[in-house]
Amino acid sequence: MTERFDVVIVGAGHNGLVAAAELARAGKAVVVLEAKSQVGGACMTREFADGFSVSAAAHLVYQLQPHVEKRLNPRPRYAAHGLETVVLGADGRRVRYGRASVAGVDDADREAYPRYVKRMRRFSRLLWRWLNRVPPRLLTGQSADTRQLLRMALELRLLGKSEMREFLRLIGSNVYDDVDEHFSSELLKGGLCLDAVLGTHAGPRSPNSIATALHRLGGAAGTYALPAGGMGKVAGGLLMTARAEGADIRTDSPVRSIRVDNGRVVGVETADGTKIDSYVVLSSVDPKQTVRSLVGERHFETGFLRRIGHLRTSGNAAKLHLALDGLPDSESLTSAELGQRLLIAPGPDAVERAFNPAKYGRCSDAPVMEILIPSIHDETAAPAGQHVLSAVAQYAPYELEGGWDDESKRRFFETCLDTLEAHLPGIRTRILEGELLTPVDLENEFLMSGGHWHHGELALDQFLFTRPVASAAQYRSPLDGLHFCGAGSHPGGGVSGAPGYNAARALLNREAER
Amino acid sequence: MSASQVAQGRLVTPFYARQRELDTLNRWHEWKGYTVADALYCAELEYFAIRNATAVFDLTPMTKYRIQGPDATAYLDRLMTRDMYGLAVGRVAYAVWCNDAGQVLDDGTVFRLGENDYRLCSQERHFDWLCASAAGFDVDVVHETADVAALAVQGPTSFSTLERMGLGAVQTLKPFDLMAIDYAGTSIVVSRTGFTGDLGYEVWLPPMLAEAFWDDLFAAGAPIGIRAIGGDALELARIEAGYLVAGVDFLPADETVRPGRTRSPLELGLEWLVDFGKPQFNGRRALAEEWRTGPRRRLVRLDIEGNKPARDAYIYPRQRGGTDIGFVTSAAWSPMCKRSIALGTVDTRYGKPGDELWVEIYYQQEMRWRRKMSRARVVEGPFWDPPRRRTTPPAPC
Repeated sequence: MTERFDVVIVGAGHNGLVAAAELARAGKAVVVLEAKSQVGGACMTREFADGFSVSAAAHLVYQLQPHVEKRLNPRPRYAAHGLETVVLGADGRRVRYGRASVAGVDDADREAYPRYVKRMRRFSRLLWRWLNRVPPRLLTGQSADTRQLLRMALELRLLGKSEMREFLRLIGSNVYDDVDEHFSSELLKGGLCLDAVLGTHAGPRSPNSIATALHRLGGAAGTYALPAGGMGKVAGGLLMTARAEGADIRTDSPVRSIRVDNGRVVGVETADGTKIDSYVVLSSVDPKQTVRSLVGERHFETGFLRRIGHLRTSGNAAKLHLALDGLPDSESLTSAELGQRLLIAPGPDAVERAFNPAKYGRCSDAPVMEILIPSIHDETAAPAGQHVLSAVAQYAPYELEGGWDDESKRRFFETCLDTLEAHLPGIRTRILEGELLTPVDLENEFLMSGGHWHHGELALDQFLFTRPVASAAQYRSPLDGLHFCGAGSHPGGGVSGAPGYNAARALLNREAER
Repeated sequence: MSASQVAQGRLVTPFYARQRELDTLNRWHEWKGYTVADALYCAELEYFAIRNATAVFDLTPMTKYRIQGPDATAYLDRLMTRDMYGLAVGRVAYAVWCNDAGQVLDDGTVFRLGENDYRLCSQERHFDWLCASAAGFDVDVVHETADVAALAVQGPTSFSTLERMGLGAVQTLKPFDLMAIDYAGTSIVVSRTGFTGDLGYEVWLPPMLAEAFWDDLFAAGAPIGIRAIGGDALELARIEAGYLVAGVDFLPADETVRPGRTRSPLELGLEWLVDFGKPQFNGRRALAEEWRTGPRRRLVRLDIEGNKPARDAYIYPRQRGGTDIGFVTSAAWSPMCKRSIALGTVDTRYGKPGDELWVEIYYQQEMRWRRKMSRARVVEGPFWDPPRRRTTPPAPC
């Protein structure tokens, strides 16, 4: 007999698990089907060299929403909390900044920094208030949507007239100009610019790079935490929470298709041919793949398909993992500093120049990077005395001219090592093994279109009311019974749990209305 | 070819030279990039050729797509609001297609030429939409407007004309039937379709045969009053038949900018083309919702007092005017019905068949504009619908 559930969730990424826990808590019979043998999706830990393990995609917790984290049982344990950011200069200079202060800059920058951070945090709080709600739809003429929009307008107005203007001025603007208005230190500006564009196909001079900066500040407001045991432990906590709520979570169960009958979703079929019935399927897989590969295009209307087809999903960030036999001997960096979040972002122009080749399908010659050495805080990551380095390296476009092959991958790997060596001298001699994950590798390993960690570019035209597309803004696709709950939906990627949580709430609210 | 040599200007159809020979007025207009005649000698006389003899209209510029492949039927069924599985090989269907919001993109005719072989004819161009709709279907869409020459042969003696040129086999064609038929050693397609509401056929053939076919046709029809006609005469005939034209009686939804300027099939009186029994088609969700709440507008056919054509007139519920409830989209003095007739759109609260409405007609008399409120009765069905349109086999002349 075919099994039947109230809800089938495709993919046990962190958002799938958050949604499962919420729905199971509300009494729904939920099954989560995960293709891999490990849950977490891009929130996972794995060994990449003998004895060395790394968070292979996301490697920091900074957006996990408090209301999501609160429900976690067990709560994640952090090997380090409140990491600050150290921007490394090639000449040994460095700038260190955190929640409220900055060091290594002149007095004017030091004074300006707290004001800047306060303003950004204030705007980010407002944005995340919106991001943690099911977004309204535009032009529906329905009172619920109008009320929501009015509420947003009111919240915006409550910032005060001048702050509201400032918010509206900034939200579509670029981070390059904004940091330039406040600071003179190249390294500080470079660091803030890189913060804004990490994981996007954008340079600091691209429009709405302020919006992505505010998005990134979400929740923890710019503090970074390193989970003990890597990101996989966060997923493990989500798994245990969802199971404790009664959700049935099955790994090694790849979904081959989402079944449609008579114009509506009726369940799924797994790769081994098992059918599971359900009138509600939540897909945490990115919308493009869900529509094209899992459901099939013919079940959707043309306009919707066209919009899904136009989603920009090409990732631009590569992931670099190195096994080290020791820390680089740096005269200028103490091991306490090496344990922070390290950035290679020599200045705003350098970040923009790193982006330039990516526009034309080429890799950066001088990539910018976000680097962690988690083993400094977490001895489980590497054998005693040895270390692991995990870095996000930009820009490495998914649609590389000529395509990604061993040679192009080796070249970018070498470029990254050269860049690292220039900023952390001596690191090359420490390398035991290394691994580079291009966006194509990320796509294959984490099953996300374009290897984009947001499941689709985070930009104002793919945001709020129009994420992933306007007609699916409230997690519900135009196909009856098909819902989205992954990073491709509002409010986007990063380990926040917000899309999964919102999607579950949206589903439950609709049922309550009925 | 350098940029300066790129072909510019209007295209001509394979029948252009023949029409030019018959032309006495030099009144031409543009139709989808082609030069076509308004009228060749006299629009009124050309119109009477449609109703009393055989009229030949060059419809080559009509947009034509070929849709072929194993999924062709499934593809069209998802595209169109009506059931396409019910269309047999050798039949033609009038169909309408919508965007996701259930608003009409265009109407047209679908010719089922073979098991997995269709031709779609429409007023507007839709290649982008048709290609976007093909995702997920094993189907090829080819734009074949220039590859197929087409003539409408319409009027009470149209069958006799074709018979005289050796195409008597078409006598078995019922309305909306099509057949492949041999002409000069080549297979051409003849369908019993048209835009005049009269007995008539449309002939679809390779452009290289166009002039020879024209010559044979006119030679055969000469004794029974064959006439080449232009767009003006056809326009009058189609209003009498009550047919809609995209861009006139409704705007294709993808060409509008302002909200509320689009039309759903339900608002155009085409609910009979919407099959809610189908689980899925473009616009279904929105149309089902509209069906539930009721459409906001209604297409009306108006029989108007007086002899002044009610072009672009506002429609009012009362003689004293006030707030208008709609407007006329097509209007003419009908020579066959001896009436002023019009197609228009009104608010659904008004305009049920038999209702009396008022239209505000403006007309110019020696420079000065005059205004007149005329009584209009809402009628059902076409203004002109002779039995010969349906009689099979057609009566000989």
